[in-house]
Amino acid sequence: MKLPVWFHRFGSPPWVYGFAGACAPWLLAAGLLAIAVGAYWGLVIAPPDARQGEVYRIIYIHPQTAYVGMMAYTLMAIAAAIGFIWRIKLAHAVAVSAAPIGATFTFGALITGAIWGRPTWGTYWEWGDPRIMSELLLLLMFLGYLALRAAFDDRDKADRVSAILAVVGVVNVPIIHFSVEWWNSLHQTASIMQLDKPAMPASMLVPFLIMVAGFTLLFYGLLLRRLQAGIVDRESGARWLRDLAPGATP
Amino acid sequence: MPFRAFLLILRRDLKVAFRRVSEWSLPLLFFIAVSALFPLALSPDRLAMAPGESEVYGMQSLGIAVIWMGALLASLMGLDRLFLNDSEDGSLEQLMLSPAPLISVVYGKLAAHWLVSVLPLVILVPLVGLSYRLTPGATAVLALSLLIATPVLTVLVAIGAALTVNLRGATAIIGLLVLPLVSPALIFGARAAVLALDAESAAAPLYFNASLAIMAVSLGPVAIAAALRAGLE
Repeated sequence: MKLPVWFHRFGSPPWVYGFAGACAPWLLAAGLLAIAVGAYWGLVIAPPDARQGEVYRIIYIHPQTAYVGMMAYTLMAIAAAIGFIWRIKLAHAVAVSAAPIGATFTFGALITGAIWGRPTWGTYWEWGDPRIMSELLLLLMFLGYLALRAAFDDRDKADRVSAILAVVGVVNVPIIHFSVEWWNSLHQTASIMQLDKPAMPASMLVPFLIMVAGFTLLFYGLLLRRLQAGIVDRESGARWLRDLAPGATP
Repeated sequence: MPFRAFLLILRRDLKVAFRRVSEWSLPLLFFIAVSALFPLALSPDRLAMAPGESEVYGMQSLGIAVIWMGALLASLMGLDRLFLNDSEDGSLEQLMLSPAPLISVVYGKLAAHWLVSVLPLVILVPLVGLSYRLTPGATAVLALSLLIATPVLTVLVAIGAALTVNLRGATAIIGLLVLPLVSPALIFGARAAVLALDAESAAAPLYFNASLAIMAVSLGPVAIAAALRAGLE
């Protein structure tokens, strides 16, 4: 298969730096705008839920953070695998950029879930709940990835070794997810998670989806900003970087 | 040739391990110590899950958890023997340079590690299980579930050890890398024993663990070999 001509540019640090710099402000602005609109719509305009009342409004934040966290891990593993197989340093830079953002969003999912759990289940934390468990394990896997990277002095080695961990992790994420779910369904003492969902009415669904879009755009905006910082770090001393900042001393 | 390399590595690692008594006895003693300390941390009158319920029931549930956690911690113990010692004296590099495929070296090391630091533990399970008042049937299923699932633990621990092979004193990281990944094996392993305790069929979780073990044993060494190459290149 012949790659299109523009494709090779994604391996060039200066080009990707400029591309990320051009895209990031738009993504961030669009993401924040969507979150503002979605939050107002969801928290003020949308009607309260028939059964959960006002508490249900966590669905305008909580599922989005959880989804971005999982997407970040998948993206990280794919980028790390690309970097490992074809030895593309920029792909490793993408993987490293995704990890802290994904960990933060996963942590946010745990926190928002706890805030919702208190009034709904009567407890902030329920060890028996499969989703809490798989989110917590996902957070630990993010932190393990970051800890492993931090232990290496040599960045190339850190790239290659942590890429293997990311791939092993992404193979395990679905196994962990489903085994934790079966574990609970086998136990099933109190069925606190029985939210048999009727189809969401449009007045709730539209702000929900706007928030999903907003969080996704925000994630990619943050990712590109971190990627820029990562490129500067990796390319420090390179000529094109010095040309970008004429006054700076190397 | 690949199989011969496997046998040679296995024999060499077993020999090295059995030259020093502490190599194979420490995980066992550690396992016993962990089993002894758990009940101390929990006051006996709290073992009844509900007022009026038997305390034996709580002791049995605790026993299953303790034995599984003990096996997990014990398999983390001897992991320096996997790659770190060989990497420090340079023999790992020689093994990687040898014409034998690295995968068969890895299989040999995994088998030796499992035989030295995990298998004795499985043999000890009936004793510890008895002290936690597990029924003979549940003890047998627990030992069987450990026998089936410990290859998963060994492979995952070895992945952690291979990833950190050239990091001095980074063994603490391995726990963080490995423990989240072992949760499926832990869930099904403990579940099998609980089902046997309730006199129900434990076949389903055992099959699950068997499939996890087949996956870990067939795919894991590829990741281990890649990690060793990435760490030492």
